[in-house]
Amino acid sequence: MTAQEVRLSGLLLQEHFGDVVEKVGTRLIRSGVLTLRALAYETKLPLDLVKKSLCVLMQHGMCLFGAGRRGPAGPVEYRIISERILHMLRYPRYIYTAKSLYGDTGELIVEEILQRGQMTMSSTVKTVADRLTHNMPEGQSMDYSEVVSAFSRLVETHFLQRCPPTASAGSSSSGAVNTPLPAVKQPTEPEEHPECYKLPYINLTGQGKRRRSSEDGEADQRAAKKAKTDDSECGDEGIYWQVNFQRFHLHFRDQAIISAVSCKLDQTSSEIVRTMLRMSEVTTPAHAAFTQALSANEIFRALPSSYNIARPILDQYLTLLVDDPMEFVGKTGDSGGGMYVVNLHRALANLARATLESVVQERFGSRSARIFRLLLRKRHLEQKQVEDFAMVPAKEAKDMLYTLLSENLVQLQEIPKTPDYAPSRTFYLYTVNQLPTARLLLQHCYKTVGNLIERRLYETKENKRLLEKSQRIEAILASLQATGAEAAQLTEVEEMITAPERQQLESLRHHINKLDSSENQVDETIFLLESYINSTQAAR
Amino acid sequence: MAGKGRGIAAFTFNIEALGLTRGSMPETQRGPTPLFPQIEYKPVPLKAGEDEDYMRALKQEMRGRMKDLPFNIKPHAGKGDWNRLPKELKPQKKIIRKKKDTTKNAKISSKDKEEVLNKLDELEKKGDVKSDEEDEAKGGKKEDEEEGEEEEIEGEYDEELEEENDYIANYFEDGDDYGGGSDDNMDEATY
Repeated sequence: MTAQEVRLSGLLLQEHFGDVVEKVGTRLIRSGVLTLRALAYETKLPLDLVKKSLCVLMQHGMCLFGAGRRGPAGPVEYRIISERILHMLRYPRYIYTAKSLYGDTGELIVEEILQRGQMTMSSTVKTVADRLTHNMPEGQSMDYSEVVSAFSRLVETHFLQRCPPTASAGSSSSGAVNTPLPAVKQPTEPEEHPECYKLPYINLTGQGKRRRSSEDGEADQRAAKKAKTDDSECGDEGIYWQVNFQRFHLHFRDQAIISAVSCKLDQTSSEIVRTMLRMSEVTTPAHAAFTQALSANEIFRALPSSYNIARPILDQYLTLLVDDPMEFVGKTGDSGGGMYVVNLHRALANLARATLESVVQERFGSRSARIFRLLLRKRHLEQKQVEDFAMVPAKEAKDMLYTLLSENLVQLQEIPKTPDYAPSRTFYLYTVNQLPTARLLLQHCYKTVGNLIERRLYETKENKRLLEKSQRIEAILASLQATGAEAAQLTEVEEMITAPERQQLESLRHHINKLDSSENQVDETIFLLESYINSTQAAR
Repeated sequence: MAGKGRGIAAFTFNIEALGLTRGSMPETQRGPTPLFPQIEYKPVPLKAGEDEDYMRALKQEMRGRMKDLPFNIKPHAGKGDWNRLPKELKPQKKIIRKKKDTTKNAKISSKDKEEVLNKLDELEKKGDVKSDEEDEAKGGKKEDEEEGEEEEIEGEYDEELEEENDYIANYFEDGDDYGGGSDDNMDEATY
């Protein structure tokens, strides 16, 4: 991991799990693989805290354990999965996607599983039913069967998957006897397990229980304990489910492609591309460069009924998509009215390129952006050629090029005419390499999010006294209202916060909202750049 | 270094190839770039829609809720002044012995020093050496930086039961391997 990634991971761990887990996690990231004792020694934390932290990290799928370098007889070694920690930044997006696809029930299911890392189906169903019942009007409650059906739909579309089985240190796993622990360097992929998406049979009937608001905290704990003891009755103990992040990422990628087509062309073209992507969801492997070939006939039949466009019009649209310089769709054959594919990797590369161009434009102006785009297309250009092609006066072109060069967005390539690299006899060409520039920008994004989080923590700390005071007053108001106090008493309590304090609180809230929203939106750029970089690595 | 120019700047390459002229050299750096540099172009405003507001609310709710879940591990909090409670209730930490770190010792404030001296006096009876760095690790803002967990009291009792013999505890120094990591296979020979 790079320095910025380590810093961001530390901040995310601290925000979600506290200082102790942050120390343990950061030490593991920096040192690679460690045994329990080495980890306790290096973090200088008591052993029990280190054990608890490792359990938390493993529960959330961020840490793996396995036989160490000394073989199965040696101590267990632990390793962090770094990208899982960075995924924590994207949790709101996962939850919101589940909501848009499967409603409130789906949203709560994904939220619960994300918060707890892994859960059995029965405990998820019970917790979600209780939460939904709590929000329903008095007298109604959510039936378990509805939650079960939402859960099943999430599993069928592969958004949830079973946690891969792990051979524990002492006992043998269900498949093989005396399996040695797998080496910690090769984690088992969840998809290698044949029953990854198989729903267990559980006998779970009933409805969500409504909590009385006065016993919130205790009822929560009691319900949690009760859920644990009830697990064994449902028949699915030991089968834990986790969120399938890869599936969500494929969905985000498809969304990005569809919205790009819709922006560049029109709504109908984006619907055609959406249909093509939907048809090849199940048949296309995760890292494929393009989808399965689809014939125009199939696409025509699969279009949603609200879009009744004639067959020749569809052909025209497909031709338009193929001819577009963004190359989202490609034609691979003529049978069945024409065989078409969606070029996934090329689409990602184009989206990343658009992101880079947009960044240059917003930071350095449209003429610098023109020079940048020129260099992306023409690869290598001399100073004079840049001025001519970009139609920018020489002095300004120089200035802009040097600014871009100092920011490392543009590189200088020397081509010697003579073997002694004499400067008077060497060509100096400006060039832009898309992949390294994308990596650079990605690191800037990680640094940005780190800065945003730190600023938010700073703002909260600066106004801690005021925030605590306002929380106390809200608690007093709530308890007064519950016991039925008069309006005069309520206004008296409300006036304990003065008007300038109220204004300060309001501006603090506004700042924190802006910082939070910024984190979410920088994460969208992070996702695009990460997908592009991963697609280039998978191709090798 | 200056070449034949004798005071006249002469570059080793042909300046015109890069489009430079003598008079148009960019300014040299006069120190580090400012922390908050001036930006020429104002950044694009944030997207502000229903989706974004909802996701922001989700994020803030999750942040609040994660603090209450059991996954949020708190460091050991102080549990009162050990001078006033019976000494046997004070749990022993399973301390991993570490090298003396003189730089860390210098950072201890005077208040910490008094506490440390008090603890050292008490601990001498038990035969363990208190490590200052444990205080640092816990964040020295707490009044009584004392470790305390119920599991450790049980561990303490186990240790005491084992030592039902005539050997005086502080004649033997506990090695690095004592107490810690008993779950792992002991692959290092004990001497």
